[in-house]
Amino acid sequence: MSEHVAPPSLYVSVFLALMAGTALTVFVAFYDLGFLNNVVMLTIACIKALLVILFFMHVRWSTRLTWLVVASGFFWLLIMFSITMSDYLTRGWIAGSLR
Amino acid sequence: MPEGRAEHYPGPIHQPPVKAGTVHDGQAVDALHAHHPKLQHHFDAMEQQAEASTLGMWVFLVTEIMFFGGLFMAYLVYRSASPAAFQEGSAHLSIGWGAFNTAVLIFSSLTMAMAVRSAQIGRPAKTQVGWLLATMALGATFLGVKVIEYSDKFRHHIVPGPFFDASQWEHPAGVEMFYSLYFCMTGLHALHMIVGIGIMTVIAIMAWRNQFDADYYTPVEVSGLYWHFVDIVWIFLFPLLYLIGRHYHG
Repeated sequence: MSEHVAPPSLYVSVFLALMAGTALTVFVAFYDLGFLNNVVMLTIACIKALLVILFFMHVRWSTRLTWLVVASGFFWLLIMFSITMSDYLTRGWIAGSLR
Repeated sequence: MPEGRAEHYPGPIHQPPVKAGTVHDGQAVDALHAHHPKLQHHFDAMEQQAEASTLGMWVFLVTEIMFFGGLFMAYLVYRSASPAAFQEGSAHLSIGWGAFNTAVLIFSSLTMAMAVRSAQIGRPAKTQVGWLLATMALGATFLGVKVIEYSDKFRHHIVPGPFFDASQWEHPAGVEMFYSLYFCMTGLHALHMIVGIGIMTVIAIMAWRNQFDADYYTPVEVSGLYWHFVDIVWIFLFPLLYLIGRHYHG
Protein backbone atom coordinates (compact mmCIF):
# COMPACT_ATOMS: atom_id res chain seq x y z
CA MET A 1 0.00 0.00 0.00
CA SER A 2 1.15 3.53 -0.65
CA GLU A 3 0.75 4.69 2.96
CA HIS A 4 3.67 6.64 4.34
CA VAL A 5 5.79 4.79 6.89
CA ALA A 6 7.36 7.19 9.38
CA PRO A 7 10.77 6.31 10.87
CA PRO A 8 10.87 5.46 14.61
CA SER A 9 13.21 8.42 15.17
CA LEU A 10 10.39 10.78 14.14
CA TYR A 11 7.96 9.16 16.58
CA VAL A 12 10.53 9.36 19.38
CA SER A 13 11.18 13.05 18.58
CA VAL A 14 7.43 13.77 18.75
CA PHE A 15 7.26 11.86 22.05
CA LEU A 16 10.14 13.89 23.51
CA ALA A 17 8.54 17.15 22.32
CA LEU A 18 5.26 16.15 24.03
CA MET A 19 7.12 15.36 27.26
CA ALA A 20 8.97 18.68 27.10
CA GLY A 21 5.65 20.47 26.57
CA THR A 22 4.19 18.73 29.62
CA ALA A 23 7.19 19.70 31.77
CA LEU A 24 6.99 23.30 30.55
CA THR A 25 3.27 23.63 31.23
CA VAL A 26 3.70 22.26 34.79
CA PHE A 27 6.64 24.63 35.37
CA VAL A 28 4.70 27.70 34.17
CA ALA A 29 1.67 26.78 36.32
CA PHE A 30 3.65 27.60 39.47
CA TYR A 31 4.07 31.24 38.43
CA ASP A 32 1.23 33.72 38.70
CA LEU A 33 1.02 35.38 35.28
CA GLY A 34 -2.61 36.35 35.70
CA PHE A 35 -4.67 35.76 32.57
CA LEU A 36 -1.50 34.80 30.66
CA ASN A 37 -1.43 31.49 32.57
CA ASN A 38 -4.45 30.37 30.55
CA VAL A 39 -2.95 31.59 27.28
CA VAL A 40 0.34 29.76 27.88
CA MET A 41 -1.25 26.49 29.06
CA LEU A 42 -3.74 26.37 26.17
CA THR A 43 -1.08 27.29 23.59
CA ILE A 44 1.11 24.43 24.82
CA ALA A 45 -1.88 22.04 24.86
CA CYS A 46 -2.84 23.03 21.29
CA ILE A 47 0.73 22.50 20.06
CA LYS A 48 0.83 19.09 21.76
CA ALA A 49 -2.54 18.12 20.23
CA LEU A 50 -1.33 19.29 16.82
CA LEU A 51 1.81 17.13 17.09
CA VAL A 52 -0.28 14.07 17.98
CA ILE A 53 -2.75 14.73 15.14
CA LEU A 54 -0.12 15.42 12.48
CA PHE A 55 2.36 12.66 13.26
CA PHE A 56 0.91 9.93 15.52
CA MET A 57 -2.46 10.11 13.71
CA HIS A 58 -0.76 10.38 10.28
CA VAL A 59 -2.80 13.40 9.17
CA ARG A 60 0.47 14.91 7.91
CA TRP A 61 0.44 12.25 5.17
CA SER A 62 -3.32 11.94 4.72
CA THR A 63 -5.50 13.12 1.84
CA ARG A 64 -6.96 16.61 1.61
CA LEU A 65 -10.40 15.18 2.36
CA THR A 66 -9.16 13.88 5.73
CA TRP A 67 -7.56 17.28 6.43
CA LEU A 68 -10.89 18.94 5.71
CA VAL A 69 -12.86 16.61 8.01
CA VAL A 70 -10.38 17.03 10.89
CA ALA A 71 -10.23 20.81 10.52
CA SER A 72 -14.01 21.13 10.27
CA GLY A 73 -14.41 19.18 13.53
CA PHE A 74 -12.29 21.69 15.46
CA PHE A 75 -13.82 24.59 13.55
CA TRP A 76 -17.34 23.61 14.66
CA LEU A 77 -16.07 23.26 18.24
CA LEU A 78 -14.77 26.85 18.07
CA ILE A 79 -18.16 28.00 16.70
CA MET A 80 -19.86 26.42 19.71
CA PHE A 81 -17.41 28.04 22.17
CA SER A 82 -17.51 31.50 20.61
CA ILE A 83 -21.28 31.80 20.13
CA THR A 84 -22.07 30.42 23.59
CA MET A 85 -19.49 32.62 25.34
CA SER A 86 -20.59 35.68 23.37
CA ASP A 87 -23.90 35.18 25.15
CA TYR A 88 -22.66 34.38 28.67
CA LEU A 89 -19.91 37.00 28.80
CA THR A 90 -22.09 39.85 27.58
CA ARG A 91 -25.19 39.31 29.74
CA GLY A 92 -24.22 41.95 32.26
CA TRP A 93 -23.34 44.58 29.68
CA ILE A 94 -26.78 46.05 29.16
CA ALA A 95 -28.46 47.54 32.21
CA GLY A 96 -31.73 45.85 33.01
CA SER A 97 -30.94 42.78 30.91
CA LEU A 98 -31.51 39.26 32.23
CA ARG A 99 -28.87 38.23 34.67
CA MET B 1 -4.64 -4.54 -9.57
CA PRO B 2 -1.96 -5.11 -12.23
CA GLU B 3 -1.67 -8.48 -13.87
CA GLY B 4 0.53 -10.96 -12.05
CA ARG B 5 0.57 -8.89 -8.87
CA ALA B 6 -1.40 -11.47 -6.90
CA GLU B 7 0.99 -14.27 -7.88
CA HIS B 8 3.87 -12.56 -6.15
CA TYR B 9 1.95 -11.27 -3.18
CA PRO B 10 3.24 -13.06 -0.04
CA GLY B 11 0.10 -12.34 2.04
CA PRO B 12 -0.94 -13.84 5.36
CA ILE B 13 0.12 -17.48 5.46
CA HIS B 14 -3.29 -18.90 6.34
CA GLN B 15 -5.18 -16.95 3.69
CA PRO B 16 -3.84 -17.24 0.14
CA PRO B 17 -4.73 -14.33 -2.13
CA VAL B 18 -7.62 -14.70 -4.55
CA LYS B 19 -5.60 -15.86 -7.55
CA ALA B 20 -6.29 -15.65 -11.25
CA GLY B 21 -7.62 -18.89 -12.72
CA THR B 22 -9.56 -19.87 -9.58
CA VAL B 23 -13.23 -19.57 -8.64
CA HIS B 24 -14.10 -17.12 -5.86
CA ASP B 25 -17.65 -16.49 -4.56
CA GLY B 26 -19.03 -18.46 -7.54
CA GLN B 27 -17.19 -16.26 -10.02
CA ALA B 28 -14.29 -17.22 -12.21
CA VAL B 29 -11.34 -14.98 -11.34
CA ASP B 30 -9.34 -13.71 -14.32
CA ALA B 31 -6.01 -11.91 -14.11
CA LEU B 32 -7.71 -8.52 -13.90
CA HIS B 33 -9.77 -9.48 -10.84
CA ALA B 34 -7.19 -11.26 -8.74
CA HIS B 35 -7.05 -9.40 -5.44
CA HIS B 36 -6.03 -9.37 -1.79
CA PRO B 37 -8.36 -11.59 0.30
CA LYS B 38 -9.21 -8.65 2.57
CA LEU B 39 -10.41 -6.47 -0.33
CA GLN B 40 -14.18 -6.16 -0.13
CA HIS B 41 -16.06 -6.27 -3.39
CA HIS B 42 -17.42 -2.73 -3.33
CA PHE B 43 -13.91 -1.24 -3.36
CA ASP B 44 -11.63 -0.95 -6.37
CA ALA B 45 -8.34 -1.19 -4.52
CA MET B 46 -6.81 -1.68 -1.08
CA GLU B 47 -5.80 2.00 -0.96
CA GLN B 48 -9.38 3.10 -1.55
CA GLN B 49 -10.67 0.69 1.09
CA ALA B 50 -8.14 1.90 3.66
CA GLU B 51 -8.88 5.54 2.82
CA ALA B 52 -12.63 5.00 3.29
CA SER B 53 -12.08 3.38 6.71
CA THR B 54 -9.74 6.12 7.89
CA LEU B 55 -12.14 8.82 6.78
CA GLY B 56 -15.05 7.05 8.47
CA MET B 57 -13.06 6.86 11.69
CA TRP B 58 -12.27 10.57 11.50
CA VAL B 59 -15.97 11.37 11.04
CA PHE B 60 -16.64 9.38 14.21
CA LEU B 61 -13.84 11.22 16.01
CA VAL B 62 -15.39 14.55 14.96
CA THR B 63 -18.59 13.49 16.76
CA GLU B 64 -16.36 12.63 19.74
CA ILE B 65 -14.84 16.11 19.62
CA MET B 66 -18.35 17.55 19.96
CA PHE B 67 -19.22 14.98 22.66
CA PHE B 68 -16.33 16.06 24.89
CA GLY B 69 -16.77 19.60 23.55
CA GLY B 70 -20.07 19.93 25.41
CA LEU B 71 -18.29 19.26 28.71
CA PHE B 72 -15.47 21.68 27.87
CA MET B 73 -18.19 24.21 27.05
CA ALA B 74 -19.80 23.70 30.48
CA TYR B 75 -16.34 24.05 32.08
CA LEU B 76 -15.78 27.34 30.25
CA VAL B 77 -19.16 28.75 31.31
CA TYR B 78 -18.86 27.82 34.99
CA ARG B 79 -15.20 28.72 35.29
CA SER B 80 -15.84 32.18 33.82
CA ALA B 81 -18.69 32.53 36.34
CA SER B 82 -16.62 31.54 39.41
CA PRO B 83 -12.88 31.59 38.61
CA ALA B 84 -11.73 31.75 42.25
CA ALA B 85 -13.73 28.65 43.21
CA PHE B 86 -12.25 26.70 40.28
CA GLN B 87 -8.72 27.68 41.37
CA GLU B 88 -9.51 26.66 44.95
CA GLY B 89 -10.87 23.27 43.81
CA SER B 90 -8.00 22.69 41.38
CA ALA B 91 -5.40 23.31 44.10
CA HIS B 92 -6.60 20.14 45.85
CA LEU B 93 -5.83 17.88 42.87
CA SER B 94 -2.46 16.12 42.95
CA ILE B 95 -0.23 17.72 40.34
CA GLY B 96 2.21 14.80 40.72
CA TRP B 97 -0.32 12.12 39.77
CA GLY B 98 -1.74 14.34 37.03
CA ALA B 99 1.66 14.92 35.44
CA PHE B 100 2.59 11.24 35.87
CA ASN B 101 -0.60 10.16 34.09
CA THR B 102 0.01 12.67 31.30
CA ALA B 103 3.46 11.15 30.75
CA VAL B 104 1.98 7.63 30.85
CA LEU B 105 -0.61 8.50 28.18
CA ILE B 106 1.93 10.22 25.94
CA PHE B 107 4.15 7.17 26.24
CA SER B 108 1.19 4.92 25.37
CA SER B 109 0.62 7.02 22.24
CA LEU B 110 4.23 6.34 21.25
CA THR B 111 3.83 2.58 21.72
CA MET B 112 0.52 2.75 19.79
CA ALA B 113 2.20 4.57 16.91
CA MET B 114 4.91 1.88 16.95
CA ALA B 115 2.24 -0.86 16.93
CA VAL B 116 0.67 0.64 13.79
CA ARG B 117 4.11 1.01 12.23
CA SER B 118 5.07 -2.61 12.98
CA ALA B 119 1.91 -3.77 11.17
CA GLN B 120 2.53 -1.29 8.33
CA ILE B 121 5.92 -2.75 7.54
CA GLY B 122 4.78 -6.34 8.07
CA ARG B 123 6.74 -7.16 11.24
CA PRO B 124 6.03 -10.58 12.81
CA ALA B 125 2.88 -11.04 14.92
CA LYS B 126 4.98 -11.19 18.10
CA THR B 127 6.33 -7.67 17.54
CA GLN B 128 2.89 -6.23 16.75
CA VAL B 129 1.31 -7.87 19.80
CA GLY B 130 4.20 -6.68 21.98
CA TRP B 131 3.60 -3.02 21.14
CA LEU B 132 -0.16 -3.47 21.61
CA LEU B 133 0.32 -5.10 25.02
CA ALA B 134 2.65 -2.27 26.06
CA THR B 135 -0.06 0.22 25.05
CA MET B 136 -2.69 -1.66 27.06
CA ALA B 137 -0.42 -1.91 30.11
CA LEU B 138 0.17 1.85 30.04
CA GLY B 139 -3.59 2.43 29.68
CA ALA B 140 -4.20 0.20 32.71
CA THR B 141 -1.52 2.12 34.65
CA PHE B 142 -3.37 5.35 33.87
CA LEU B 143 -6.64 3.87 35.17
CA GLY B 144 -4.90 2.57 38.30
CA VAL B 145 -3.68 6.07 39.13
CA LYS B 146 -7.21 7.33 38.52
CA VAL B 147 -8.47 4.86 41.16
CA ILE B 148 -5.97 6.27 43.67
CA GLU B 149 -7.04 9.83 42.89
CA TYR B 150 -10.78 9.10 42.98
CA SER B 151 -10.58 7.23 46.29
CA ASP B 152 -8.70 10.17 47.78
CA LYS B 153 -11.58 12.46 46.78
CA PHE B 154 -14.12 10.10 48.38
CA ARG B 155 -12.04 9.92 51.57
CA HIS B 156 -11.93 13.71 51.89
CA HIS B 157 -15.64 14.19 51.12
CA ILE B 158 -14.91 16.16 47.98
CA VAL B 159 -17.24 14.13 45.78
CA PRO B 160 -20.31 16.27 44.93
CA GLY B 161 -23.54 15.06 46.47
CA PRO B 162 -24.97 14.50 49.97
CA PHE B 163 -21.54 13.72 51.47
CA PHE B 164 -19.80 16.79 50.06
CA ASP B 165 -18.18 18.64 52.96
CA ALA B 166 -18.81 22.35 52.31
CA SER B 167 -17.11 23.48 55.53
CA GLN B 168 -13.55 23.00 54.20
CA TRP B 169 -13.96 25.43 51.29
CA GLU B 170 -14.06 29.17 50.88
CA HIS B 171 -16.36 28.91 47.83
CA PRO B 172 -18.21 25.61 48.43
CA ALA B 173 -20.85 25.99 45.67
CA GLY B 174 -18.27 26.75 42.99
CA VAL B 175 -15.89 24.03 44.23
CA GLU B 176 -18.71 21.48 44.13
CA MET B 177 -19.40 22.54 40.53
CA PHE B 178 -15.67 22.20 39.72
CA TYR B 179 -15.64 18.66 41.09
CA SER B 180 -18.89 17.77 39.30
CA LEU B 181 -17.15 18.72 36.06
CA TYR B 182 -13.93 16.98 37.18
CA PHE B 183 -15.75 13.69 37.70
CA CYS B 184 -17.85 14.00 34.52
CA MET B 185 -14.89 14.90 32.31
CA THR B 186 -12.30 12.50 33.75
CA GLY B 187 -15.00 9.82 34.16
CA LEU B 188 -16.03 10.02 30.51
CA HIS B 189 -12.35 10.03 29.58
CA ALA B 190 -11.66 6.98 31.78
CA LEU B 191 -14.63 5.21 30.16
CA HIS B 192 -13.02 5.86 26.78
CA MET B 193 -9.76 4.39 28.12
CA ILE B 194 -11.57 1.23 29.27
CA VAL B 195 -13.23 0.90 25.84
CA GLY B 196 -9.82 1.53 24.25
CA ILE B 197 -8.21 -1.30 26.22
CA GLY B 198 -11.09 -3.56 25.10
CA ILE B 199 -10.50 -2.58 21.47
CA MET B 200 -6.76 -3.22 21.82
CA THR B 201 -7.51 -6.70 23.22
CA VAL B 202 -9.43 -7.54 20.03
CA ILE B 203 -6.73 -5.98 17.82
CA ALA B 204 -3.98 -7.88 19.67
CA ILE B 205 -5.83 -11.18 19.12
CA MET B 206 -6.22 -10.35 15.41
CA ALA B 207 -2.53 -9.45 15.20
CA TRP B 208 -1.58 -12.69 16.96
CA ARG B 209 -3.56 -14.58 14.28
CA ASN B 210 -1.47 -12.94 11.53
CA GLN B 211 -4.37 -10.85 10.24
CA PHE B 212 -2.24 -7.81 9.45
CA ASP B 213 0.46 -7.17 6.89
CA ALA B 214 1.87 -4.31 4.84
CA ASP B 215 -1.15 -4.37 2.51
CA TYR B 216 -3.85 -4.64 5.15
CA TYR B 217 -3.57 -3.10 8.62
CA THR B 218 -6.65 -0.85 8.69
CA PRO B 219 -8.02 -2.15 12.04
CA VAL B 220 -4.72 -1.29 13.79
CA GLU B 221 -4.63 2.09 12.08
CA VAL B 222 -8.19 3.18 12.98
CA SER B 223 -8.09 1.88 16.56
CA GLY B 224 -4.79 3.75 16.87
CA LEU B 225 -6.62 6.92 15.78
CA TYR B 226 -9.12 6.31 18.60
CA TRP B 227 -6.35 5.81 21.16
CA HIS B 228 -4.52 8.99 20.13
CA PHE B 229 -7.78 10.92 20.27
CA VAL B 230 -8.34 9.88 23.88
CA ASP B 231 -4.76 11.02 24.58
CA ILE B 232 -5.54 14.44 23.05
CA VAL B 233 -8.59 14.85 25.32
CA TRP B 234 -6.31 14.29 28.33
CA ILE B 235 -3.76 16.78 26.96
CA PHE B 236 -6.48 19.43 27.44
CA LEU B 237 -8.00 18.01 30.65
CA PHE B 238 -4.69 17.98 32.52
CA PRO B 239 -3.90 21.73 32.44
CA LEU B 240 -7.55 22.83 32.70
CA LEU B 241 -8.27 20.69 35.77
CA TYR B 242 -4.92 20.28 37.56
CA LEU B 243 -2.92 23.39 36.82
CA ILE B 244 -5.21 26.39 37.32
CA GLY B 245 -4.88 26.60 41.11
CA ARG B 246 -1.14 26.23 41.72
CA HIS B 247 -0.64 29.86 42.68
CA TYR B 248 -3.99 30.20 44.44
CA HIS B 249 -3.75 31.90 47.80
CA GLY B 250 -7.43 32.19 48.74
